[in-house]
Amino acid sequence: MRRSPKETEDSARQTHRRALLMGGAMTAMFAVLAGRMRYLSVDQADQFKLLAEENRISIRLIPPARGLIHDRNGKLLAGNEQNYRVVITREDAGDVPAVLAKLAHVIPLSVDDIERTEKEIKRSSPFAPITVADRLTWEDLSRIALNAPSLPGVSPEVGLSRIYPRDSDFAHVIGYVGPVSEKDLAALENPDPLLTIPKFQIGKIGAERWLEEYLRGKAGTRRIEVNSVGRVMRELAREESTQGADLRLTIDADVQDFAQARLGSESAAAVVMDVQTGDLVAIASSPSFDPNLFVRGISHGDYNGLMENDHRPLANKTVQGVYPPGSTFKMITALAALKAGVITVDTKVRCPGYVEIGGRRFHCWKRAGHGAVNLERSLAESCDVFYYDTAQKVGIDAMAEMGHQFGLGVRHDLPMSAIADGIMPNKAWKQERYKQDWRIGDTINASIGQGYVLTSPLQLAVMTARIATGRMVVPRLVLSVDGKPVEVAEPARLDIDEAALRKIRSGMDAVINSEHGTAKSSKIVEESMIWAGKTGTSQVRNISTAERARGVISNDQLPWNRRDHALFVGYAPYAAPRYAISVLVEHGGGGSAVAAPIARDIILRALAGTTPPLTAYPASQRNRIEAMLAKLPLRDAEGKLPPVSPA
Amino acid sequence: MSFLEYRVKFVPTGLAKVLHLNWPLIVLVTAVSAVGWLALYSVAGGRMDVWAGRQMQVFGLGLTLMFVIAFVPIWFWRNMSMLAYVGSIGLLLVVEFFGTVGMGAQRWIEVGGMRLQPSELMKITLVMMLAAYYDWLDVKKTSHILWVLVPVVLTVIPTVLVLMQPNLGTALILLMIGGSVMLLAGVSWWYFAGVLSLVVGAVAAVFTFRGTPWQLLHDYQYRRIDTFLDPTADPLGAGYNIIQAQIALGSGGWGGKGFMQGTQSRLNFLPEKHTDFIFTTLGEEFGFVGVFSLLVLYGLILVFCYSSALQNKDRFSALLILGIAANFFFYLAINLSMVMGLAPVVGVPLPFLSYGGSAMLVLLIAFGLIQSAHVHRPR
Repeated sequence: MRRSPKETEDSARQTHRRALLMGGAMTAMFAVLAGRMRYLSVDQADQFKLLAEENRISIRLIPPARGLIHDRNGKLLAGNEQNYRVVITREDAGDVPAVLAKLAHVIPLSVDDIERTEKEIKRSSPFAPITVADRLTWEDLSRIALNAPSLPGVSPEVGLSRIYPRDSDFAHVIGYVGPVSEKDLAALENPDPLLTIPKFQIGKIGAERWLEEYLRGKAGTRRIEVNSVGRVMRELAREESTQGADLRLTIDADVQDFAQARLGSESAAAVVMDVQTGDLVAIASSPSFDPNLFVRGISHGDYNGLMENDHRPLANKTVQGVYPPGSTFKMITALAALKAGVITVDTKVRCPGYVEIGGRRFHCWKRAGHGAVNLERSLAESCDVFYYDTAQKVGIDAMAEMGHQFGLGVRHDLPMSAIADGIMPNKAWKQERYKQDWRIGDTINASIGQGYVLTSPLQLAVMTARIATGRMVVPRLVLSVDGKPVEVAEPARLDIDEAALRKIRSGMDAVINSEHGTAKSSKIVEESMIWAGKTGTSQVRNISTAERARGVISNDQLPWNRRDHALFVGYAPYAAPRYAISVLVEHGGGGSAVAAPIARDIILRALAGTTPPLTAYPASQRNRIEAMLAKLPLRDAEGKLPPVSPA
Repeated sequence: MSFLEYRVKFVPTGLAKVLHLNWPLIVLVTAVSAVGWLALYSVAGGRMDVWAGRQMQVFGLGLTLMFVIAFVPIWFWRNMSMLAYVGSIGLLLVVEFFGTVGMGAQRWIEVGGMRLQPSELMKITLVMMLAAYYDWLDVKKTSHILWVLVPVVLTVIPTVLVLMQPNLGTALILLMIGGSVMLLAGVSWWYFAGVLSLVVGAVAAVFTFRGTPWQLLHDYQYRRIDTFLDPTADPLGAGYNIIQAQIALGSGGWGGKGFMQGTQSRLNFLPEKHTDFIFTTLGEEFGFVGVFSLLVLYGLILVFCYSSALQNKDRFSALLILGIAANFFFYLAINLSMVMGLAPVVGVPLPFLSYGGSAMLVLLIAFGLIQSAHVHRPR
């Protein structure tokens, strides 16, 4: 493009003008920058010099106090206690090993402590304080203070640590806290800066873990000046931490304590649930352990002891353990049959003591047979043949559907660890799991809660509550958060005919209160507390034909771990249900002899609000019960166990 | 083309070109870089091998490139502008699809052991392209709407590509470069006034409607803008760098703590101490006097660029030099404002000082173009 000289001149002049304008803007910007620099390094220099040179600023996190956990009546279940510890900061200590060696002369330090500290300090930033020792006594603390001049970078600190005043009663419900591990950190995408504080405690299992977000609280920050030996000179700014939320659980600590004590040293579980709200009033698993041991750092010996115990104290049997429900499942089979219309409330089945199906003999627990049985008697006397017969007519899929409706094979979402789904099998399930067709024998086994059916004590308690109310009661553990009650919607009605449910309930009444009921020795005679329930005894082994030929061996002659599980489910009062209960005693023997009495004591404790009144028991049993109750090691108001009296 | 309009009375040839290079500019650039080596040596705790040594090697390579480019006549570079522009767009596309992402935003490709960031190169080729465009365009049409749209599109294409990386800092600089060259070429003020009022209006709308039912962004987006504008609200996160940088700068005082005596950078208070925040080390160790001298050096570089551009009667050359000078200035101003706490933190290096091969090489290439324009100017 050719241009006239005039045009070229003009455009060049315009460019020059604009270039000079931009140059002017640049000069102005330079002036601003120089001015700002002058302001920072001349006018403000003294302040910044002070900050940077004589004292170094550090920003420290203020860990929040962990939220407290109370029972439904305000009894403390998890609290915080003051804990003195000593920390060391690398940049102030200089020669860390030498300082630690000196410190070891002042307070008792193990080789482990020293090695761990040295390892940790290498990984952290030079100004991060690392905990050397924990839970110091006042004497240790004052010795450190006295020797402070020769211990650069070492300073005592006071912190909070978790304490569980009712130790073993709540080990499985509340769990315990422990220091953040690398694994915990790696699992988080955007970890809270608090978690990077060495030895910061977070919930490891149980409610402590699953309610962590409420309990942790929010970190505060502190901008401080530190002098050359690491002493804090001045605080520049402080933003306080926010304490974690205080939680109130639905558990009643006294009922829980009673349940735990009543289960004693058995490998057992008990769940007490409010049938209206779903509140878990007690959820006990025994044997238990002291969660405080884990907070303080459990010794190898103690840990191995817990691991090797065949009664598995670390397992929470209420939600984590699954067992064949045995005869406690019969209500489900019956309800499925009533709903499908294959039986009526009056249908009778003849029980000769066994049935033969597909060339196999299925026995009733009563070898001589029950004769002609109707639904109510089949529950009261727990006739197996009635259910073998009924189950064939109704089929497994309808039974499984009924089981699901009553919360079996369904995971109940609670803030607890390792909650099991259990198994409520149907045809599709077996096909998927074992790549096999469902057989009629499987249905027969399932009809009396054996075979593939597995349920947790929690699920059985939910089932019982739903039978008692006819409503879809959902279990819950948290009553209120920071004083704000957790809302519960009124549970929906179950899709069951009320008449059918009434029949089932009267069958459960007959279990206890009729002449031939399997749990007739566990009656409650107090008018207002009369209860209903169902026994269960579930086999943990198959009885081979050879064994049968030799004659059935009684439970007492078997090794512990091959004996039957004892189960009982029930609710009270029968007329106006308040609590549902399920009790399981692993390898305990018969449901009526072992589980029902325990269930009666615990539900009475919950109903009465005090030690079970003797007047509630049949007169003939009162002496024995009184002696038994007197021996229970119950806690006092502070959560302290009674002193062990010399035997 | 336009070059032929001038009578080229005397254009040096061969080695004689050496005598006609803009030597003060070369000396200044070397001086600033030398300051950078000192700073890198210091933040590495008195070690050459960590950053300073490598930075010197890159500088040597870049200086060689600069001389080579300076010896090639400027009209050759003008004719290459279109190719260079299309080539860089191509490279941007390549990294978009095949590049490596690092540090959250930067995208690069590996070329012979060097990490090349095409977005750096793009800043120079955009200036070349726009300068060549305005050199070609009939001056009378400069402010015609159709002919204003062309450079806008030329600027927006690479801006969008860079924004997708996502690299907000570089995208902003590209926009500012495009705008500057258009301004210098003589596009009517009305366009700039229009765009400016639109931007101001949009920003005002976003903030005035905040909290009302008609608010334009989500709450979390507003919060993100808040932390971006005021990092001190978050002293352990986004604000940490800024607080520490200001302490470093401020504690230097008049004369500084002395070479290798800075505690802030030595004690690792500053995570980016050798790259974007290198200026703080200088402030801490050489004080206001040292920093002011550095600003004077930077200012002189710009002054020499300007004087060279204003002497140059070739439209392409003048626009090219001014465009590159503007680019240089934007780097400088954004980095320094950020470090001194006048602007939010965006990742922009300090020219010739921050550790980093790509930026250094591209800058020296740009100064090679300035030299070429200077040597081959119509006389």
